[in-house]
Amino acid sequence: MSSSPIADQKPSTTDATTSERKEDINNAVIRLAGNSQDGIQTIGGLLARLAGRSAQEVMTYMTIPSTISGGASIFQVRIGSGEVLSPGDDADFLIAFYQDSYENHISTLREDGVCLYDTDHVEPDLTDSRVTFVGVPMTSTTIEAIGGSARDRGKNIFVLGLLTNLFDLQREKLVHIIETQFKNKHESVLRNAMLAFDAGYAYQLGDIFNRSYEFHPGEADSEERITTDGNTALTYGLLAAGVRYGAGYPITPWSSIMEQLRSELPKYGGIFVQSEDELAAISTAIGCAYSGHLAVTGSSGPGLSLKMEALGYASMAELPLIVINVQRGGPSTGLPTSVEQSDLMQAIYGSHGDTPRVILAPKDVEDCYYIAIEAARIAREFSTPVVILTDQALSSRIEAFAEPDLSGVVTPELDIEPRDEDFKPYPFDAQTNHAPPGTKMSGGKYPVVTGLEHDEWGHPSSNPEIHQKMTDRRRDKLKRLATSLPSPEIHGAEEGEVLLIGWGSTWGPIREAVNAARGNGQGVSAIHLRHIHPMPEGIDKIMEGFNRFLVIEMNDEGMYGYGQLATLLRARYANPKIQSLTKCDGIGFKIREIIAAIEKSGN
Amino acid sequence: MSTAAPAEPEKLTKKALISDHPTWCPACGDFAVLAAFFKVLEKLQIPHEKICTVAGIGCASRFPYFVNSHGLHYIHGRVLPLAMGISLSRPDLHVFAFGGDGDGFSIGGNHLEHCARKNPNLTYIIMDNFVYGLTKKQTSPTSPLGFKSKTDPGGAIDQPVNPMKKLISSSASFIARTHAAQVKHMMEMFERAIKHPGFSVVEVLSECVIFYKGAFDDGNPRKGGEFELIEEKAWDDTPEDDARHDVTSEADAYAIADIQYPGKFGVFYQNERPSKNTLEQQGIDASREKCAGADARDLLKKRFALMK
Ligand SMILES: Cc1ncc(C[n+]2csc(CCOP(=O)(O)OP(=O)(O)O)c2C)c(N)n1
Ligand code: SF4
Ligand SMILES: [Mg+2]
Repeated sequence: MSSSPIADQKPSTTDATTSERKEDINNAVIRLAGNSQDGIQTIGGLLARLAGRSAQEVMTYMTIPSTISGGASIFQVRIGSGEVLSPGDDADFLIAFYQDSYENHISTLREDGVCLYDTDHVEPDLTDSRVTFVGVPMTSTTIEAIGGSARDRGKNIFVLGLLTNLFDLQREKLVHIIETQFKNKHESVLRNAMLAFDAGYAYQLGDIFNRSYEFHPGEADSEERITTDGNTALTYGLLAAGVRYGAGYPITPWSSIMEQLRSELPKYGGIFVQSEDELAAISTAIGCAYSGHLAVTGSSGPGLSLKMEALGYASMAELPLIVINVQRGGPSTGLPTSVEQSDLMQAIYGSHGDTPRVILAPKDVEDCYYIAIEAARIAREFSTPVVILTDQALSSRIEAFAEPDLSGVVTPELDIEPRDEDFKPYPFDAQTNHAPPGTKMSGGKYPVVTGLEHDEWGHPSSNPEIHQKMTDRRRDKLKRLATSLPSPEIHGAEEGEVLLIGWGSTWGPIREAVNAARGNGQGVSAIHLRHIHPMPEGIDKIMEGFNRFLVIEMNDEGMYGYGQLATLLRARYANPKIQSLTKCDGIGFKIREIIAAIEKSGN
Repeated sequence: MSTAAPAEPEKLTKKALISDHPTWCPACGDFAVLAAFFKVLEKLQIPHEKICTVAGIGCASRFPYFVNSHGLHYIHGRVLPLAMGISLSRPDLHVFAFGGDGDGFSIGGNHLEHCARKNPNLTYIIMDNFVYGLTKKQTSPTSPLGFKSKTDPGGAIDQPVNPMKKLISSSASFIARTHAAQVKHMMEMFERAIKHPGFSVVEVLSECVIFYKGAFDDGNPRKGGEFELIEEKAWDDTPEDDARHDVTSEADAYAIADIQYPGKFGVFYQNERPSKNTLEQQGIDASREKCAGADARDLLKKRFALMK
């Protein structure tokens, strides 16, 4: 089954007419396959930008080679005018730059899809009647257009011109986006780009291919939309939440957050430190937190492991801290540029001792922005470390969404008002309240924050009763958080056969699968957890409306047959009808995989 | 909230700085370090609430509990990146980090190197006892060859760290060495370290009377040793001055650091390059000027406009 709406509207290729036919389409998945130095990402990014501006929904999927230059690279753009929730199971169009791009990706093209290939580099198997082949001498036409230089740079822009024509995209807007993109480069760069673009736009596919497409007009209000990737959205969410200090150490796919914070924070009067390692990074962030500022650190899988001892300190000392973990394939160096959700248990239970902390996960690119704001709220209000579990797919994926409302932007304040004689940082009957350095202590006694167990005043104590009471206190404050959280929204009906439960970037595919299943008359609904630990109340109430539960996540089923969230849910609700769908292939869920698992779960 | 906000800043006294009675073993060298620290703070009259003492883990690292000031007792080996976070985000504070030789040269060795290179404005006092005290007599990175410990019953075989050389090669901007039995010298070193803008380190030979008794007698005239001071250049154009130590010369500092134990005491090296605090602030000022003082909302609005 193809999830692509185009499939239902394809023209008959046996149609004898030779005049060009224009088709109205809802959405299209375009996969560009080439090498990283070809600027594949640039075309993908420009198309996504254009879609965002044209009130179209857009979602992208990128694989970035680990090597900096050279190596295969793909960029998949899905543009549509309805709800676009996932990058798409199969491609409607494959643009193949090289023989190996063709060979490796032809299988991702749906039946009756179109393979647009560079005749200068690719010799396809034209006997393959599954798809339509359209050959274009991309390399030589680009070289010719730019003026005979032997270099073929610019063929990405040539292809963009070709697509603009083919899909009847808004040429003016795109030209403007290209101009902005190359604004800071030498003028010859822009000139060559425009020559290549025009050559692509003017290229006549006519005889070999007699179709062209037109998207249904978008529904979103284009003026108020922005187009960006998850890491950027997260970065600006932190800035809007008033986070001004932080530290980190580079690792893919976390690095782009720290790079942006390092250049953005000084504008806001803040500082981001590039540390010598992850242990130093979290320590510097804790130093800022102790000083009275909400601070951020972050990393990806291996780096989160290195932060664990200090993260335990932050739980013990009850300091407000945001720790971002952009998950990638593990364990160890694993699959640094692939997606996985296998750090959930590490995020919740990593470190030694009982270390209650909060775990949040964004569901899409837009949510990366809002999850940062929510993390900051919780960290401040409950004086606790909060881990944000985002992932590789969200980190680089580009989506268009409504421009965030800036009325709630937080201006951070340093509270060093003098404290009374009876000051207690860790009262048994009230919220944690630190006196940062610089605070005058009216009683003349100054506090020392410690990782040793301590009493209400923060004085070290190994009294058994105190350890129990303080353990209770650290746990109970997060249980209080749980009761204050809204219970998850149900997508679909409140009653039915199967309830899908997901977290993080599986939100889109799960939602799309629910829509498809419901379209087929199946009683399938879904909930998605943003607050994963502690979980909100009310999940059990929701579960009462369904006969079985399928927890969907990108990690391994482990020794006992259940993924990480499924294990937690089974532990919490002791419900044997909780089943698990997991996978570890470094690629996001396809809609058909979820549909198949729903069917299988009934057996 | 506050009950009293005195108009006149109160005078900082040693009495106000004394906290609980230290839990160190009687006669531990660290007592003298604490006493010297109190006296210097009293002399410098730093506002009480602006004093911030932090430490890692170890006997020496218990220091913050014994000073009545804002403080933090952290985890083993990571005090310097922590202290850097405090210093950079709160330039109004006076940040003092404390620790032992294991904390500073072993588990925290890499942080020492990078903190030195980054040069944040803070003072680091290492109480070097050539042994792991808190964990009861294992070989430390400064234990001399042949030192018998629970991890080296036959005597230490690994070459010890030379702290001065390590600090010089890491580009620390103020490096001094002193002895816990020489209170006046200790105070002088602390004072100069505190006044130094940037990262200042003082290594104090501080005896662990339980696990390495007599370790520093060779540097203590009262125990028959010799406390030899570094003679710094007076820049007085006299022939004697040629032979004196130029604190701005790394080569001179290395030469002194190479002298056989117990070696010399005093300032090995000092260089007034800009601190990380200054450089980061310059970055902030330049960015703020570029965006003409725009507030967070304006900045975000502008950025979102570019994403449309
Ligand atoms: C991660 C970690 N590893 C090991 C320890 C145990 N430990 C505590 S203090 C210490 C060594 C202390 O030696 P030093 O830093 O020289 O301080 P001293 O006690 O001699 O003053 C060790 C190994 C610890 N607390 N944390
Ligand atoms: S064990 Fe040694 S270093 Fe520790 S307090 Fe006792 S004498 Fe001092
Ligand atoms: Mg020691």
